[in-house]
Amino acid sequence: MSIQKNRGLIADRFSSLKYSSGVCLPALDQEQPWTLEAYRNNGGYQALEKVLGGELDPAEIIEALKISNIRGRGGAGFPVGVKWSFMPRQSDDQKYVVCNSDEGEPGTCKDRDIMRLNPHALVEGMTLGGYVMGASIGYNYIRGEFHEPYSAMEQAVKEARKAGFLGKNILGSGFDFELHNHLGSGAYICGEETALLNSLEGKKGEPRFKPPFPAVFGLYGKPTTINNTESFASVPTILRGNGKWMDGQWFRGLGVENSGGVKIFSVTGHVNKPGNYEINMGTPFKELLEMAGGVWKGRELKAVIPGGSSVPVMPAVAILASNMDYTSLQENGSALGAGSVIIMDETTDMVNVLERISKFYYEESCGQCTPCREGTGWLYRIIRRINRGRGTSGDLDTLLDVANRIEGRTICALGDAAAWPVQSFLKHFRHEFEAKIQPVQSDAA
Amino acid sequence: MSEQAQSRLSKAALEEIQGELTKYPSDRRQSALMAALRIAQDEHGWLSPESIEEVAGIIGVPVVRAYEVATFYSMYDLEPVGRHKIEVCTNISCMLRGCDRVVDHLKQRLGIDFNQTTEDGKFTLREVECLAACAGAPMMAIGHDYYEHLDEEKIDLILEGLE
Repeated sequence: MSIQKNRGLIADRFSSLKYSSGVCLPALDQEQPWTLEAYRNNGGYQALEKVLGGELDPAEIIEALKISNIRGRGGAGFPVGVKWSFMPRQSDDQKYVVCNSDEGEPGTCKDRDIMRLNPHALVEGMTLGGYVMGASIGYNYIRGEFHEPYSAMEQAVKEARKAGFLGKNILGSGFDFELHNHLGSGAYICGEETALLNSLEGKKGEPRFKPPFPAVFGLYGKPTTINNTESFASVPTILRGNGKWMDGQWFRGLGVENSGGVKIFSVTGHVNKPGNYEINMGTPFKELLEMAGGVWKGRELKAVIPGGSSVPVMPAVAILASNMDYTSLQENGSALGAGSVIIMDETTDMVNVLERISKFYYEESCGQCTPCREGTGWLYRIIRRINRGRGTSGDLDTLLDVANRIEGRTICALGDAAAWPVQSFLKHFRHEFEAKIQPVQSDAA
Repeated sequence: MSEQAQSRLSKAALEEIQGELTKYPSDRRQSALMAALRIAQDEHGWLSPESIEEVAGIIGVPVVRAYEVATFYSMYDLEPVGRHKIEVCTNISCMLRGCDRVVDHLKQRLGIDFNQTTEDGKFTLREVECLAACAGAPMMAIGHDYYEHLDEEKIDLILEGLE
């Protein structure tokens, strides 16, 4: 009953969809793009039919993905085709494909849209992955709070199974593939691929030492490939190649050198039209900002975090000179990350922002490695102290010292992710921190 | 007696757990532990020590394994909570869009702070990390539903709509 009353107030399924290139996000004019019928009408499952019909070889598919230059969309940017080639396809061992839908990097909200609006693209992408890598089982690890995307995925899996695109002997090819959705229970760290595997095994989500890498020792100790939701969901369209099968060049050409294809950018914060924009890699930041309606309230741009809270912050002048691709953002002092573009206007208090970011990593550190477990607490407490006007003159040096001592000294990248924002905020906005530090008696003495 | 009653799962819940077990290899039952704990929590409203022990027994793992998982992940409630859990995101995108006003309004209207439950047992208020709905900031989740682009008026309507 209560649900009925609130129905109109619950977030609309299309709430974040602002611009689509038709790869991972559906066209904006579709009423129910998540249905099998809608997906089929847009060419869905044609790639799977073609591949299982024996017309396309696994090695050819890997080659097409390499040519397409698609890099992992979860944040690390590792080439998908290369990753797929690491799997020992011929081995008789049970192998797994795993999708990382544990979307939790602050500022990132794209995988939620792929799953609730275009779930069949993910089903098809994972099934193709299973075929190419010789895996008969796939798990889609979805963050625990994602009930709507989970339901959409469950529905899609059911439809696909009924239509013969999943299960035993798919389309009469002799290939078996079963796909299961696994719901998490709240832990940012499970977005780290080996923590995710531990979580899938029903354990605490603590990252594993690498090597061995998952392609050798993954889920249940078996060869496993883990890709992000957007990476898998891009595969069917890449293989369809806009009318020319297996034309990796087509996708590659949509982007720029080193950054193939299109990518979803989640634009959030101080903009007029926050939302997901699936656009060509290499698009100038200025154009993306314009698409998102510009900075809100007619204000000036102060800074942008272009790839989720873990990547370095960029002052306006640097981001305005950047294009949205791996190379350009790196050259200008940051990283593309998961494509989560957080816009901050001229009124933003940067100490406040860093305090919140540091609190996040402190909360989410799994506690396994001492530098991260203790260091994230140090970072948060010092920044909070500065922000409350109780900082002392040595605090900024201590902050950098702590950040530098975390970086590179932990099993996984969460420690680095906690350190980088501190280093970059102090590099570009040190004066704001200094302004909050009042010289006190003991300092002067 | 109530303790005992609480540690017993319904037939439907037990069936749901069996359904989850079919997703994993038969010698990897622990993979269904997270789901089983979630199902037990959904049924009782929270995870009592008795519930955790019962789930461990069903899955067939030592109780300590179930405790490890129940205490590691943030969505398990190890104490009773209100009928509606209000989870407000205060992370960066929501902060930039004014989640402070959302938080202040909720605290004032409900008369509770974070991690507290209203006296009538209806609402528990929580601060949560990014829920990946940043384009809808400021946002909150209540139960399985996301509410986005919040302001005071909308929050009032939402709360009034909940039984």
